[in-house]
Amino acid sequence: MARRAGLEISLDIFERRDFSTVGPGGCNMCGGIISESLVQTLATEGINLPPTVVERGIDSYVLHMDEGSVHIETPLHEKRIGSVHRGAGPRGLREKKWGSFDGHLLDLAVGNGANLIRGRVDEIVLSDGKPTLGVKGGEASSYDLLTVATGVNTSTLKIIENLGIPYRSPKTTATYISEYYIGNDLVEKTLGSSMHVFLLAMDRVEFAAIIPKGDFISVCILGHGIDDKVFHSFLGHPSVRTCFPEGWAPPPDHCHCAPRMNVRGAVQPYGDRIVFIGDAGASRLYKDGIGAAYRTAKAAANTAVFEGISSAAFKKHYAPACRRLEFDNSIGKAVFLVTKELQRRGFERRAVLTMTAKEQLKASGRRMSTVLWDTFTGSSSYREIFIRSLHPFFLGTLFRELAAALVSRADGWTVPSPKKSPPAEVSQ
Amino acid sequence: MESGALGKTYEPGEVIVRQGEVGDCMFVIQSGRVEVVHTGDGREVQLAIRGEGDFFGEMSVFEREVRMATVRALDPVRVLTVDKKNLLKRFREDPSLAFRIVENMSHRIRELSERVASAGTTE
Ligand SMILES: Cc1cc2nc3c(=O)[nH]c(=O)nc-3n(C[C@H](O)[C@H](O)[C@H](O)COP(=O)(O)OP(=O)(O)OC[C@H]3O[C@@H](n4cnc5c(N)ncnc54)[C@H](O)[C@@H]3O)c2cc1C
Repeated sequence: MARRAGLEISLDIFERRDFSTVGPGGCNMCGGIISESLVQTLATEGINLPPTVVERGIDSYVLHMDEGSVHIETPLHEKRIGSVHRGAGPRGLREKKWGSFDGHLLDLAVGNGANLIRGRVDEIVLSDGKPTLGVKGGEASSYDLLTVATGVNTSTLKIIENLGIPYRSPKTTATYISEYYIGNDLVEKTLGSSMHVFLLAMDRVEFAAIIPKGDFISVCILGHGIDDKVFHSFLGHPSVRTCFPEGWAPPPDHCHCAPRMNVRGAVQPYGDRIVFIGDAGASRLYKDGIGAAYRTAKAAANTAVFEGISSAAFKKHYAPACRRLEFDNSIGKAVFLVTKELQRRGFERRAVLTMTAKEQLKASGRRMSTVLWDTFTGSSSYREIFIRSLHPFFLGTLFRELAAALVSRADGWTVPSPKKSPPAEVSQ
Repeated sequence: MESGALGKTYEPGEVIVRQGEVGDCMFVIQSGRVEVVHTGDGREVQLAIRGEGDFFGEMSVFEREVRMATVRALDPVRVLTVDKKNLLKRFREDPSLAFRIVENMSHRIRELSERVASAGTTE
């Protein structure tokens, strides 16, 4: 963009991780789903994600609730969601078949002229108003603009909070991720090209997903205070078991982590000559965090190139982008409250599953399917999802299904769909 | 590796976009090549060949006209669909996203102008 605007800039990127390293050292700890909207936006930018980086193209979702599962297909039957490993792959990787997503993007940036400085920034000061950074054992350099893209899983934000600027880091919650090696063929047979999402009546679990990824299956749980105990009771749930080969048990030694996730944006993610993007600034609640990082990065870059790098410029042109995300997240919280409510009662779960399953038999009018698809994929804002769910036809059908589910018997009930989640009939 | 291929695959000769149809998306080629052909007076003229990284069908994002050409796969080609609705929403939020498309269109106008000019000189 700077090049197009005729601006000569030089860019140093400080990165502490080596993305060619297998295991936690080269990984940015995330589910690794590249959303449908981000895949499209990147392609429009000229950034196409190759099959050497994308480990599986995803074309459908399977929603699991306590009462059963339903398969939700993409409207276009096209693989427009990608699953990736942020690093070279989890601990326990047997053969390097795919490259790191973060490494791929970093290579593109370097290919376009950025200068990569490997090392952890452990010194940040403002001298004469200019940010000055230093890595351990290296010399400090001063810059015109500091863009903080450290995410929230770092102590660096504390150093910055102590610079005497109004910035306060985002509110976060703990999550849990585990990666299990089962081999590409078994991943194909058990999960196929579907991401599996779980809305189960389990305490503290807001949302969980099982993601097919190369030779691995990634399990992600989001919620409040997720610990080992919650994680293992999730793994033992009957609907979760259907996503693993029969007789499979979690190996004692596998790659897992408990990263923190942004659940409320930072206070004043900008200042004179400093701007916070991605998780360190603002993100999207429970979905498409990488997409949100891209969007805040673009908003900050547009401001710096076309409007300037003062606090006033960022306030006027960058802050609205963060506010839009935060406003949408507040609607997202309401959407998740409703979802949580639906998770609680059996007849409500049966109604949602029935409505979705019936829609999947039709070519059009898939209102519940679209609402669920957009909630899980990040394809639409929470605001749009909310508005769509107020449609009289949506509400009418939902109430009809709720009434039917309330008066029908729960025992022996099955999801009325010819296309259920792929059965896990494979044994290891 | 193919498990990670994004988009949809078309076999050689398969039509991806048909002239005269209403379009609500554009396409980005992930791998392989396509040909863009125009049919008029019963005659088919090849307008261009596009390859990896190129896009086509972008006019339907900006206009409400029907597709002005047919696009066919030349090789086994993998193509990613970009929805008009998604794109317009992104343009509103980040107008600079349109730069690359505009740049590309301007490049194609230049190419066409050169072709018209050279056709004029050869006549
Ligand atoms: C359990 C879980 C699952 C998730 N799943 C998804 C998903 O499927 N899809 C999705 O889109 N989002 C997902 N997210 C959210 C996503 O991970 C984040 O929103 C996204 O990674 C934010 O990007 P970022 O660049 O801001 O920060 P990060 O990805 O955290 O990157 C920060 C970078 O800064 C570097 N760094 C930090 N401090 C320093 C320092 N002092 N010196 C040098 N380098 C430093 C780090 O090494 C790292 O490379 C998930 C999050 C969690 C917790």
